[in-house]
Amino acid sequence: MTAITLAKGVTMGLRAAMDADPKVIIMGEDVGKLGGVFRVTDGLQKDFGEDRVIDTPLSESGILGTAVGLAMRGYRPVCEIQFDGFVYPAYDQIVSQVAKLHFRSRGKITMPIVIRIPFGGGIGAVEHHSESPEAYFAHTAGLKVVACSNPVDAYWMIQQAIAADDPIVFFEPKRRYWEKAELDEHSAPDPLFSSRVVQAGTDVTVLAYGPMVKTAVQAAMAAAEDGLSLEVIDLRTLSPLDMGPVHESARKTGRVVVVHEAPLTLGLGSEIAARVTEECFYSLEAPVLRVGGFDTPYPPSRIEEEYLPDLDRVLDAVDRSLAY
Amino acid sequence: MTTGFGPGLGEVFGPTHDGGGPDLIQLLTPEGERVEHPDFSFDLDDDAIKGFYRDLVMTRRIDTEATALQRQGELGIWASLLGQEAAQIGSGRAMREQDFAFPTYREHGVAWCRGIDPLHLLGLFRGVDQGGWDPLADKFALYTIVIGAQTLHATGYAMGLQRDGVIGTGDPDRDAAVIGYFGDGATSQGDVNEAFIWASVFNAPVVFFCQNNQWAISEPIERQSKIPLYQRALGFGFPGLRVDGNDVLAVYAVTRAALQRAREGSGPTFVEAYTYRMGAHTTSDDPTRYRLSADLEHWKLKDPIERVRAYLSRSGLADDDYYSAIDSEADDLAAGLRKGCLEMPDPDILDIFEAVYDETTPELQSQRQSYAAYLASFDDGPHTNGGGVR
Repeated sequence: MTAITLAKGVTMGLRAAMDADPKVIIMGEDVGKLGGVFRVTDGLQKDFGEDRVIDTPLSESGILGTAVGLAMRGYRPVCEIQFDGFVYPAYDQIVSQVAKLHFRSRGKITMPIVIRIPFGGGIGAVEHHSESPEAYFAHTAGLKVVACSNPVDAYWMIQQAIAADDPIVFFEPKRRYWEKAELDEHSAPDPLFSSRVVQAGTDVTVLAYGPMVKTAVQAAMAAAEDGLSLEVIDLRTLSPLDMGPVHESARKTGRVVVVHEAPLTLGLGSEIAARVTEECFYSLEAPVLRVGGFDTPYPPSRIEEEYLPDLDRVLDAVDRSLAY
Repeated sequence: MTTGFGPGLGEVFGPTHDGGGPDLIQLLTPEGERVEHPDFSFDLDDDAIKGFYRDLVMTRRIDTEATALQRQGELGIWASLLGQEAAQIGSGRAMREQDFAFPTYREHGVAWCRGIDPLHLLGLFRGVDQGGWDPLADKFALYTIVIGAQTLHATGYAMGLQRDGVIGTGDPDRDAAVIGYFGDGATSQGDVNEAFIWASVFNAPVVFFCQNNQWAISEPIERQSKIPLYQRALGFGFPGLRVDGNDVLAVYAVTRAALQRAREGSGPTFVEAYTYRMGAHTTSDDPTRYRLSADLEHWKLKDPIERVRAYLSRSGLADDDYYSAIDSEADDLAAGLRKGCLEMPDPDILDIFEAVYDETTPELQSQRQSYAAYLASFDDGPHTNGGGVR
């Protein structure tokens, strides 16, 4: 067992995937000698060569568009988008091509492409570097979307995503890149498309993913001091959603709060609220409440801590839920 | 005009290129005369030219039948290739079996060369499927409607060929190349320009085959470019050529050379096939609103089929019986196409859930089951809406 950072977890997972399958290639801006702006691909080009770790032109549509052709030739491209706000030039290739080719070809073409996107705020960055665009992709048929929240998941989930034959948008919580945890490489991972109870509780269910899992756990610890028992679930998979553990928890607590950094309107929380209401209506003691970013563009970084949901805003929602 | 920024466009690129300009590569004139070119020659025999003639006629017949089917309500829309047959047959026949083509939605002639059943082309336009052929087995990608997107796919596939080591081995059965089709309008797309850059810096074995048919729906080429398209290639770092797109011999010779250059590992080439869209953009378009009939008359004199026929006739290679036999074969093909089109079954709505993912999702299965149950609920007894579920 060694303690690794979340960034290192992704690096180790990428390395393992490249060792396991020579068709796995990495494409992105600055992923080669530099090792990526977050150093997630550190050392990979040195060990696997320039044909498998490709420093690409600065052209996101080009990264995804050529990945389509490489996938048709039997490769498994892992595309790094440098920052969340830079994915939009590739949006057409992702939504119209990557997501649809399996469907359009009736399964004759598979698109085993992983699109890695460091996402979310909290690092004091300039604009376009702190966004949470996951709903755009979760809304798109043909894509799958996952978000890791900790080093161990990062290590396993990236390997599972690369091994899958469907295109997967893989969100990495950039402000948690330097969080550490013990990794046991010989343990058995959870399935990729599964949510997980990370802290059991009885009074209110708090759902989170990516960077907000840590916030939710901190909220649960604070609540415990007041004698409140929060159950925290790490969604892990955003499309498809794994609602089984969520419904089970909702039936137990009767109260659900969803937390994400992304703007509230039509965010993941909206879909989750609808599904929990449909499946657990008679168990609910309160409406499903959402805590998220506001329906504004991401603000200048000096006030981002106010924009981003924090422990207190989660607990405020918990209180409001309990007030019903 | 002196700008202080160097020579004007006219000095750099020469005068306006009426008729394709001085750099137009031509091996067969509109009158059907073979002409020499210093860099390119057509070295197949006359039987090959007769084969091309058949290809051209069959392709045009498929196209006219499809247009008729649309007019009769059997296709939702059709994108005609009328006038562009030589550009497609010449380039399609230049491919080897192991080469891979990435088409737009108008490459019916290239599909013909790849041996794809023309009936498969109709599925997309009839609305029963989104391309019924096997893109990987036929080495002919699905039709791509988002303008220019496929040029990046072509470049990526070519990068895959590089990694597979099937470039520059010298083995004619092994070395492979990619050809990416697009039109003049697409050259304004970011994806096409990105594809040029990627192919250039990675030296990818891809031929960018632009059919400049002068029109992007209603917008003339002047709205896309102030310089001849083929001259753009130089700025990206690879050669550009302009070929008479209505001359099947020249298109074949130029494309074959460009594909061979790619297979040898010498990188991309831009081929601008200078041609004309004789029909509408699609059956939904009305070109009388934006272009002159005189232009059409001008280009009719450059018809890609007539010049081959003139060559065959004047050389004594074919007579009226030959042409009649080809026409008869084309009519048979069209009749079969029509019959097949009318018999194409509509897809089953429940099948749309199946091909979204390689590994389906619980939510999708749930939606499928719910809708199947909903449909089945109409089987239980009399209902008043005639069985429709809309």
